[in-house]
Amino acid sequence: MSDTHAQTVSFVRDSMLPPEPPPAAQAGAIRWLRENLFSGPLNILLTLVGFGVLWLVASTIWPWLSHSVWNAGSMAECRKIIAATWGPDASGACLALIKNRWNQFVFGFYPSALYWRPVLAFGMLFLALAPVLFSESRSASRRVMALAVVLTFVIAQILGAPGMALVLMALAMLAWVALIELRPGWALLASCLYPFVAVWLLWGGSLWSPAMALAGFVIGYLVWRALSRLGMLAFALAVLAAAVWWLLLSGWVAQALAAALPLRLQPVSSDQFGGFVLSITIGVSGIAMSLPLGVILALARRSDLPVVKMFAVMFIEFIRGVPLITLLFVASLLLNYFLPPGTNFDIILRVIIMVTLFASAYMAEVIRGGLAALPKGQYEAADALGLDYWKAQRLIILPQALKISIPGIVSTFIGMFKDTTLVVFVGLFDPLKAMADTIRASFEWKGAYWEPYIFVGSIFFILCFGMSRYSMYLERRLKRDHR
Amino acid sequence: MVDYPGVVKPPFRLSMLVYDRRYRSLTIQAVVFILVMLVAGWLVDNTLRNLAIMGKTFSFDFLFRRAGYDIPQQLIPYNSDDTHLRALVVGLLNTLQVSILGCISATVLGVVVGVLRLSSNWLIARLMTVYVEVFRNIPLLLWILVILAIFTEIMPPPNAYRGDNPQAGMLFFDLIAPTNRYTAIPTLGMTNPPGTIALGREGISWAFVAYAVAIIAALTIRYFVLRRAKRLQDETGRRPTTWWINLAILLVPLALLTWHFGLHLIAPVMRGFNFVGGINLSNSFVVLWLALTLYTGAFIAEIVRAGILSVSRGQSEAAAALGLRPGRTMSLVILPQALRVIIPPLISQYLNLTKNSSLAIAVGFMDLRGTLGGTTLNQTGREMECMVLLMGIYLLLSLLISGGMNIFNSRVKLKER
Repeated sequence: MSDTHAQTVSFVRDSMLPPEPPPAAQAGAIRWLRENLFSGPLNILLTLVGFGVLWLVASTIWPWLSHSVWNAGSMAECRKIIAATWGPDASGACLALIKNRWNQFVFGFYPSALYWRPVLAFGMLFLALAPVLFSESRSASRRVMALAVVLTFVIAQILGAPGMALVLMALAMLAWVALIELRPGWALLASCLYPFVAVWLLWGGSLWSPAMALAGFVIGYLVWRALSRLGMLAFALAVLAAAVWWLLLSGWVAQALAAALPLRLQPVSSDQFGGFVLSITIGVSGIAMSLPLGVILALARRSDLPVVKMFAVMFIEFIRGVPLITLLFVASLLLNYFLPPGTNFDIILRVIIMVTLFASAYMAEVIRGGLAALPKGQYEAADALGLDYWKAQRLIILPQALKISIPGIVSTFIGMFKDTTLVVFVGLFDPLKAMADTIRASFEWKGAYWEPYIFVGSIFFILCFGMSRYSMYLERRLKRDHR
Repeated sequence: MVDYPGVVKPPFRLSMLVYDRRYRSLTIQAVVFILVMLVAGWLVDNTLRNLAIMGKTFSFDFLFRRAGYDIPQQLIPYNSDDTHLRALVVGLLNTLQVSILGCISATVLGVVVGVLRLSSNWLIARLMTVYVEVFRNIPLLLWILVILAIFTEIMPPPNAYRGDNPQAGMLFFDLIAPTNRYTAIPTLGMTNPPGTIALGREGISWAFVAYAVAIIAALTIRYFVLRRAKRLQDETGRRPTTWWINLAILLVPLALLTWHFGLHLIAPVMRGFNFVGGINLSNSFVVLWLALTLYTGAFIAEIVRAGILSVSRGQSEAAAALGLRPGRTMSLVILPQALRVIIPPLISQYLNLTKNSSLAIAVGFMDLRGTLGGTTLNQTGREMECMVLLMGIYLLLSLLISGGMNIFNSRVKLKER
């Protein structure tokens, strides 16, 4: 065939023609516009509507936002400046409110000399979480830690932490980073210590009170280890020992130690908490405490024991069936009824207890999803290895199930963090309503409607959006090693 | 435990309760049960002692006493001489009203946004993404407060609509007038009303009954028409066109009824200083409803988008290859698969919306929490009873919704081997 062709065809092209450039309407920006905005009558209509909406929003907000004043002492001064600069009819944003009162939105009524303490506590939170959250990638973990340390230090410096505190802070954080880098196994232990340190930093007082609370856990663990061959009985005894310590001994020991070695920070009472410090405190402690509870509830709900399962289902469905607001009202109105007569404790603690119970039910459902998503072979393999129930859960099932559920846990956290604004209805100072109302009630900032909402809303958006991006990043990373 | 012949079961010893796996589960359950009961008993005992100290009793008598407070928004007749029980029902109906309306509007919004977010139009897709992300990542309370501020600060007062040259104009062909106190919307009127059925203090119009009967009848006939179409298709391979029959049996009776009763919209008109003729919706309701709609709509949009993306393209191509028309492709192939993904999270969004409606507290809308958990609680001082009742009712609502979801789920579940 080819031979005949070679003889009969007089011309054979032996090199390709260079490609023609596409016609102008089919290239570059014009093509992009045609394909993405004006591909058909419906699309043209949608595009026009879209631009219309954009123009409407921009033309409403832009003049107001562009006439913004950053330097003023009060609303009246703001209005005067706006009238002087842009004419008497102009309306503008008085962002000076944010400049003057940002500290109240962030710290509530926390003593301003002590602002560095919550900053340090939340900076350390990243160190405590780094080995858990970014365990997938060392470099990401390092970046987060470096950023957390530097930012904490700089912000504490700006907020006027005393020199001594700065030095100790830097040393502690660097030591912790070194621990995470050199002994990752021990870093998890440091993460377990973190809650006690954070409580001490936030509320102040004697170091020995949180230390004694911690000692209860240590005592329980030691008892359990010493008696571990007794099986379940050892666990019961360990709980008993810890309870005895907390209820009978710890107060006395703490006093004795405080007298011998007074390590104290200036105490800050709960009614001085407010703003984002309050939100983050409630959110983080709620999530941290609800995680173990959620694991137990999820295991109970999937258990073969009908009684255990029934209780778990009842608890989870009850909590998920009522609005958080009613639980908060229970915390403020009814919790004192349920406890022995005469007990009366901190409202923040009561709210944290209720938020923890609330979150644990949702957490249990997330983790149950993770447990269900695990291939059945994993359970069977654990059984085939002869592991008993707890060993199988601890070594095989939970590590994998928890890993799959991290995105769900993060989105539970986002939901809870947003829900912490509801504490305003039991008289706490959330950043959104209570703080905005407080500031608006002051003489200078009467009539500032939008500025507080814009400020608080954008901080919420940044935090929640960041977390949801993080959870999506995790989902992508985790997808690879399952299914 | 299978009994094998020849294998002698060891005699039962007490230690088996701990060490033998066959009995251990019984032990654990007994221990858990006893512990839970002990804790519950402790809580109840504390409660009883605390109540005794305060000299209170636990009884629901107060529900039948005079409430003595007014509720601005009411769906059934109520005045301050009625009992707390009736106030509770008014509150519950308000909760249901805002929840049901919110669910409907949030679904419509969510479906539209979810579909538009997948649109090939770059601008629209981006705008919808911005909407979804902004509303999902900011607390609902902020949206409620912002919309409330828009209504109280930006909307004109009712008297701005007065006169021949009003400062403010009504929306939607002069049908809706938002003001800073209420939103005036049109109401339905009849030129030839058929009378009402008296039910205590309320009445149900016969027209309502007639419409309901017409719709139910149309749905029933539709069922038979579709069954006949399926039979014919199975027998002959040819499916008769049914859509216009179905549409006609629904629309024709409705149109006839409307014509017979002379049903029409009555627009609100300015008289004196206020709007009359229509319904003046209190702004607390409108604000709550709008905020719930916008907030939940963003979540529903994500659910709808995920549902649509979960049906692979090959499915619609396969349906086209089988010769299904686009409408049948949608109803037989795409929707059943997408709905299976969409419905469960959608229902849990409905649950969330219902629970979030308790944020009515921020705008002063008298929902269940506002009447039973608010004014009634404060007036009677019966925290325990009110909270128990309040949580019980919310729980019942949630269980009803999730029960409905379970029934639906088991119906659409993939029949697996």
